[in-house]
Amino acid sequence: MPTFLDFEKPIAELEGKIAELRHLSNADDMNIAEEISRLQVKADKLLRQTYSKLTAWQKTQVARHPERPHFYDYVGALVEDFVPLAGDRSFADDKAIQGGLGRFRGTPIVIMGHEKGTDTTTRVKHNFGMAKPEGYRKAVRLMELADRFSLPVVTLVDTPGAYPGVDAEARGQAEAIARSIEACLKVKAPFVSAIIGEGGSGGAIALAAANHVIMLEYSVYSVISPEGCASILWRSATNAQEAAEALKLTAADLKALGVIDEIVPEPLGGSHRAKDQAIAALGDAIERALQSMHNQDGPTLREQRRDKFLEMGRRGLSA
Amino acid sequence: MSWLTNFVRPKIRALVRKTDVPENLWDKCPGCGQMIFHRDLEANLRVCPQCGAHMRIAVKKRLELLFDNGTYERAELPKVEFDPLKFRDRKRYSDRLKEAQSKTEEQDAIIVAHGLIGGLKAVVAAFNFDFMGGSMGAAVGEGLVAASDLAVKERAALIAIPASGGARMQEGILSLMQMPRTVIAVDRVKEAGLPFIVLLTDPTTGGVSASFAMLGDIHVSEPGAQIGFAGARVIEETIREKLPEGFQRAEYLLDHGIVDLVVARKDLPTELAKIIGLLTKQPKQEAA
Ligand SMILES: [Zn+2]
Repeated sequence: MPTFLDFEKPIAELEGKIAELRHLSNADDMNIAEEISRLQVKADKLLRQTYSKLTAWQKTQVARHPERPHFYDYVGALVEDFVPLAGDRSFADDKAIQGGLGRFRGTPIVIMGHEKGTDTTTRVKHNFGMAKPEGYRKAVRLMELADRFSLPVVTLVDTPGAYPGVDAEARGQAEAIARSIEACLKVKAPFVSAIIGEGGSGGAIALAAANHVIMLEYSVYSVISPEGCASILWRSATNAQEAAEALKLTAADLKALGVIDEIVPEPLGGSHRAKDQAIAALGDAIERALQSMHNQDGPTLREQRRDKFLEMGRRGLSA
Repeated sequence: MSWLTNFVRPKIRALVRKTDVPENLWDKCPGCGQMIFHRDLEANLRVCPQCGAHMRIAVKKRLELLFDNGTYERAELPKVEFDPLKFRDRKRYSDRLKEAQSKTEEQDAIIVAHGLIGGLKAVVAAFNFDFMGGSMGAAVGEGLVAASDLAVKERAALIAIPASGGARMQEGILSLMQMPRTVIAVDRVKEAGLPFIVLLTDPTTGGVSASFAMLGDIHVSEPGAQIGFAGARVIEETIREKLPEGFQRAEYLLDHGIVDLVVARKDLPTELAKIIGLLTKQPKQEAA
């Protein structure tokens, strides 16, 4: 059974009951089998109802779900001949941003993204997906590599934000993020980004200034976390729900604002409930996006990317 | 202490202050604690005569100080959509904007000006910290785009002067999008072969420092300016690390190789003119 979120409690209870009955049931007991299927129908209905009207805050929780597919789940399923590349060539290899060369549905690409980790050990190893300057500098290096060989770039964004620490500041966190944004905008090759979980502020846009930006249905993308926004504007982190609504951070909001280009629907109950299906759907979307840019030359793609971002903010929701 | 000192003295003090010495005539230096007479502080460009601490200066004063003879022309900036998200926290963003506009008599947190600095053409994009903490939303992004376009058109150097806590969160994702947008703007100046200089002033943090402000050909800073990505408080609270002495101050960044030079306010016009002159291969100007 998946880890249930707070707002999924009624579903959790039903599924718990089902699991219990399955455990007890002997295959011949028709009554129990009937009860199980009755409860399953009820649970599915409840799940469908709940997910048809998730609030911005609930989506934020789904986006952060610990079992949500992460960078390496996508790479494992979608990329062949993956060659991981490490390091910024001057200080360290930041495990929060992973990347390398690989073959995506036949095409050689450069792929990179934030990795949050899947258990305590790997979460610590990847610093919960919060990169330091060397992470962004590795990203710059990989983008320059892609540029040199005209390889399409695919980035998978999933970070609470850039790491706020003394060491990161001492090595120029702000400069590293700025350079990474700049590098995105300079690549003369197709560039596709997907926000697969949390698109946390500067740490996210550092990898996401792409020709085609995709968001998974329940991912979020924001200038500040709802908690951070609430603690500043409401002076209390407990107002995070209101802040999440006000920030307009859901995929649907960003599509309406013209900030992203495409929303990829997720399996019922979120990507973590049907990982293979979720990963394949994103793979299809990335393939379509790359295909659409296939015939355009590098400099044109670069200009289109720049023109797109130069327009950002010229219109709001009322346009 | 007697009831007299507790209750009567403050009253008397308040009375004295109101009639004889209005408190706004004096400023307390954040560096050394010295009380400085307001007019003396302004005459000294809001730099403490005692310890040299640089206090924040009004954006128009700064422009006067930088341009030759204090004269410059302001560029009119394109209008952007007011309150694009219809954002509301405890207060409406549209109300906050109106308040800031009436307080500062400006449309938003950026002024774009052009003129001569040491006889050389320069476009200056200066943040107004008094306008919602100099936060960067679409209007500020628009200002930087306009300033870059103007610099390219006029074949002038671009000087950006951030004074900003970062992105304007009331514009949500659109404020984040000003990061790539301003990066493109300043890159167009650089690609045109023109100098892009950043004068980092107190404070330059968040989404402003992590975009155009860290992409200068040259980074100049005022002494003591706070410059960084994450706010010092955020670092202390979330990471529970003890912050080193002088952390995120201009001199710390100079030590860590992130800014090129720290220049006193009064020397900025000469120093900026010198840099622009060298980068654009101007013949040496004899001091007047
Ligand atoms: Zn002082």
